[in-house]
Amino acid sequence: MRHVLPFEKPIFELEEQLAALEAQPAPTPAVQDSIQRMRVEITRMTRERYENLDPWEIVQVSRHPERPQTADYLELLFDEFVELHGDRAFGDDRAIVTGFAKLDRRRVMVVGHQKGRTLKERNEFFYGCAHPEGYRKARYRMKMASRYGLPIVCLIDTPGAYPGVGAEERGQAYNIAVNLRDMSTLEVPIVCVVIGEGGSGGALGIGIGDHVAMLQNAYYSVISPEGCAGILWKHSEHADKAARALKFTSRDLLELGVVEEIIPEPLGGAHRNHRHTATAVKSSIVAALKSLETLSVEELLERRYQRFRRIGVFEETGSA
Amino acid sequence: MSTTRRSGEQSWLQFLKRPKRGVPEGLWLRCDGCSATVFRNQVEENLNVCPECDHHFQVPTAVRLRQLLDPDSFEEWYADMAPGDPLQFADRVSYRDRLKAEQKKTGLKDACTVGRGYMRGRPLVFGMTDSSFIMGSMGSVVGEKLTRAVERATELKLPLVVVSGSGGGARMHEGILSLMQMGKVAAALARFRQARGLFISVLTNPTMGGVAASFASLGDVILAEPRALVGFAGPRVVQATCKMDLPEGFQTSEFLLKHGFIDRIVHRRQLRSEVARIIDYCTR
Repeated sequence: MRHVLPFEKPIFELEEQLAALEAQPAPTPAVQDSIQRMRVEITRMTRERYENLDPWEIVQVSRHPERPQTADYLELLFDEFVELHGDRAFGDDRAIVTGFAKLDRRRVMVVGHQKGRTLKERNEFFYGCAHPEGYRKARYRMKMASRYGLPIVCLIDTPGAYPGVGAEERGQAYNIAVNLRDMSTLEVPIVCVVIGEGGSGGALGIGIGDHVAMLQNAYYSVISPEGCAGILWKHSEHADKAARALKFTSRDLLELGVVEEIIPEPLGGAHRNHRHTATAVKSSIVAALKSLETLSVEELLERRYQRFRRIGVFEETGSA
Repeated sequence: MSTTRRSGEQSWLQFLKRPKRGVPEGLWLRCDGCSATVFRNQVEENLNVCPECDHHFQVPTAVRLRQLLDPDSFEEWYADMAPGDPLQFADRVSYRDRLKAEQKKTGLKDACTVGRGYMRGRPLVFGMTDSSFIMGSMGSVVGEKLTRAVERATELKLPLVVVSGSGGGARMHEGILSLMQMGKVAAALARFRQARGLFISVLTNPTMGGVAASFASLGDVILAEPRALVGFAGPRVVQATCKMDLPEGFQTSEFLLKHGFIDRIVHRRQLRSEVARIIDYCTR
């Protein structure tokens, strides 16, 4: 069963009609003709719908259960992946996967959120919501990468860091904070891609990069639209309003200077074609690494510092 | 301790504690800690600590500066910096109107104040967030002021003391720009640390979310006022996720101390001397 988002329904209905027509053993020229017209119509509808997604619809696309996840990119994008488990302190948080990987001939360290595909996986991975040990695991691997000169690729896809009793007991805030601080001084290029949900501190905890790209229908926000609606509109059912107010789509973030690049998705969203999506993500990462590799460590670190340093909007009269 | 102190005046306190109407606004305070009704004057003379139960009330910026720094020693930096409205944000109220109301209420331009001062004769760079200004949340102004304070502390080779109070974490109204301030301040602190700067972080009630998950947790020494609420996710969110009763004292200073995430719990009365003492240990 395919998962159909509410606004995709008309498209899917047409696709079903098309499938029924195509299934006819000996189509008459008239049927062939309507198949042709239907195909054109479906493409037109999909394009029109996807070019005009509302921010709240984008959130739904970014959370689509069939959307490619870190595990898919590990398969489609890298030639080899050697997973490295555990944080050397508490456990092995499955919500963040880390390990060596080969990207063409480059050796890199990959750090990525993992949401899980099956129900069993999702429960084990806490739907991509990492605990403190996940951030510690990521930090351990990234520091190692820095020592051995391996560029770091971070794939961001989380609703947020896990809000639980154990997470608080084990220092959720502290571990995210230390990642922000320590990533800023790692002596290798860091390339981040928000592949789905960029949920607040949970995303930023592996998001301090030299080049940060976003997939077209990803979002990256200070708070989830539901959380924001719950606080400011007093009810999470206003999530669509919060989604519009927060300006968190890839287009918004490019405009705000928070990301460098939008990676286009195939027609109808990344979930429609994993392979094409992965190809686009790969060429973005490779191009970013190529240009970052020409910098000296000093240049790289200064550039990363300034990348975050310049973000912020305020007024200053200069009188004080 | 607080119960024994109270026992002698039990009946008087019972009288005070009973719900009543028509209490003149401003003269009396209801303590969040023990629910006693206490004289505002008495609380203020006691460093904004409840004389009955030691509950530490939130302290406005001007008062905190007076309590902590040597008289007339504070030189404020970037006092003219004011928030913009980069997203043209509006919920039920527009961010611009909200800012105006908060500015009027607090007399501040934004939640953060930074500058240079002396604590018991020791020079330092001081910063604080005021939890009464949009929950002490961090938007661009808070992030920028703190980052500049860290950078200047690095240049001046001075210790840095930041007192945080923030129920809001990263400020929603400035969206992703607020989130990025966490990275910005943390990066400045990384450089400060590499330059062997001493950062003392003081957590006050409440310090949550994006503030807890950036500068507030990055102190070389982290002190907290007693019974402050400190954590990443709000207790209601945690409860909704875990679907269980939260442990007693969850996300308090005492909870953090027990779990190893802060160094010391310090009563407001001792805060100045404790900070001064730590500075003496760590500076040449």
